Amino acid sequence: MRGDRVFGLVVTFAALGYIVSAAQIRVGFLSDPVGSRTFPYMIGGVGLLCGLAMVLRPDPDPEWPGPPALVRIAVTLVVLVAFAVTLRPVGFLLPAALASAILAWLIRPDLARAALAGVGLSLGLFGVLKYGLGLGLAPFGRVLTG
Amino acid sequence: MDILANLTQGFAVALTPTTLLLAVGGCFLGTVIGSLPGLGPSNGVAILIPLAFSLGLDATQALVLMTAVYYGAMYGGRISSILLNIPGDEPALMTTLDGYPMARQGRAADALVLSGVASFVGAFLATIGLMLMAPLLARVAYLFGPAEYFALYLLAFCTLGGLTSRNQAKAAFAAALGLAIAMIGLDNQTGIPRLTFGAIHLMDGVDFLVAIVGLFAVAEVFIFIEGHGRGSAIGTSLGRLTIPVRDIVTSFGAMLRATAIGFVAGILPGAGASLGSFLAYMGEKAVARHDKETFGTGNPRGVAAPEAGNNAAAGGALVPMLTLGVPGSGTTAVLLALLLTLDITPGPLLFDERPEVVWGLIAALLISNFVLLIMNVPMVRLFVRILSVPPWLLLPGITMISFSGIYSLSGSGFDLILMIIFGILGYVLRKLDVPTVPIILGILLGNNMEDSLRRAMVISDGDWTYLFSSGIAVGLWLAAIAGFVAPLFLRSFLKRPGKAAD
Repeated sequence: MRGDRVFGLVVTFAALGYIVSAAQIRVGFLSDPVGSRTFPYMIGGVGLLCGLAMVLRPDPDPEWPGPPALVRIAVTLVVLVAFAVTLRPVGFLLPAALASAILAWLIRPDLARAALAGVGLSLGLFGVLKYGLGLGLAPFGRVLTG
Repeated sequence: MDILANLTQGFAVALTPTTLLLAVGGCFLGTVIGSLPGLGPSNGVAILIPLAFSLGLDATQALVLMTAVYYGAMYGGRISSILLNIPGDEPALMTTLDGYPMARQGRAADALVLSGVASFVGAFLATIGLMLMAPLLARVAYLFGPAEYFALYLLAFCTLGGLTSRNQAKAAFAAALGLAIAMIGLDNQTGIPRLTFGAIHLMDGVDFLVAIVGLFAVAEVFIFIEGHGRGSAIGTSLGRLTIPVRDIVTSFGAMLRATAIGFVAGILPGAGASLGSFLAYMGEKAVARHDKETFGTGNPRGVAAPEAGNNAAAGGALVPMLTLGVPGSGTTAVLLALLLTLDITPGPLLFDERPEVVWGLIAALLISNFVLLIMNVPMVRLFVRILSVPPWLLLPGITMISFSGIYSLSGSGFDLILMIIFGILGYVLRKLDVPTVPIILGILLGNNMEDSLRRAMVISDGDWTYLFSSGIAVGLWLAAIAGFVAPLFLRSFLKRPGKAAD
């Protein structure tokens, strides 16, 4: 119940914000009958109705993750963002090894397996993606090679 | 004998060594993807699209590879349903009902062979159906003007939302969110930037591949991490592989009925394979006379029907995708993304302008079916072994592949961050039971939908009644309204097991 009410409110306000942003779209002086704003207005309107419907008629709450699972999800998020940010400057091998190892550890807390997953996936996937498929990946980025 | 001539031309394209190799490789990859729990056809195809680009394939080859993966995933989904009682993907859900009990009775090998044959019957006949139906529908599609297309897009959103979700408001919200995202970027008609908030990165809009991989693959990572590796594969023994001739003969009628039901369910825009297998199973249970009570306890027909149904729906879903550019299911929406990225506009013109693409694809699908039959019956042991790859190796691997694929497309960290945001969004939405497929559809079709509305208004000089001016348009509007409203009343009858989003 509460989950849907909160989400419905978020959707409602987001839809209002969307409509306001759509009102700021510049319109050229030579425009078709519909113009650049109408369709976004319609979308915002549908979103608004849906948000209100969710507030008024909420579904039963889903099973939200407990604190340990939330921590795992937060760690995953940090790992993914770190991987995304470092992939370019540091290159593929080191970030991939670290990220894979941490993810593997989160699924099965076993250091040996995590290390194996990190080293194995990083080297193995680099070989397949770079030389098998010809993806533009650098093994070490400019931070490491100077 | 137009079709035969076209098909000959198609086989000339499909039988080149490269294309053949791609079809076989795609079938293999697809079966692996389908059989791994948590990695369905839409996920699998989404992750592989960026990789297909880096191979430098031409349009036909890329399409052959991806549809082979798609068909393969449909075949493969049954393997973990039968052996582990975990559907490898959504459409394979119904197969667990009788497949797992059969495996518990020591007939796992029989169930796998039977369902493999059922998949073949469904997919093969549906491909023939695609061959016959698609050109007809393409001819009808010539009658479609902007008003009709606008109504058709609306129909796709309504049936997709109405049928695959338990809450209409949430389904409609998902569609609106997708459309809202599609509006970001330059206005097609005037070239004025819209809703970019001055960010240069957003000028050419949000890349739908980034959204797809984020909403499907990255969200799956979060779901998996939360569940702490649920459903890890356990050792299963297959026993001797024999052909259960009696079961195949007695359930052959079931396969044919299921194929017909599945194919029709697949053609309906937005309904897809989950609905196909569901209806096929329920239909088979309804017509059963003397053994109705054995459904759910390992009835071979309960294994054959949903498998034939979901594979037939997979073929049927390609019909509206190719002829109208409106996908029939989640995975075909991802395939549509592939087409658009390859600069191919699906629609009636595709059949005249690029016959080698259409007929090459159809010929490749026919070949793929035989390859899949061989892989999934005599060689099924191989895939059973792959099922035992531990999740702690599988999941980080999928994550790294998704990230590398998207990174290789644009080389920008911004897209990766955007993908993670879509991943978190997808996770929260799935928790709240908001379907994610309409979002993808919205991002893909949003600009086309707006263009058709604006073109219709230019033609009629701003007269809104033009939208309802033809019989086809009115019919589509009525179908759209019915598709959205009817499930509200039918829901108590059609208690769907689990949510559906293939």
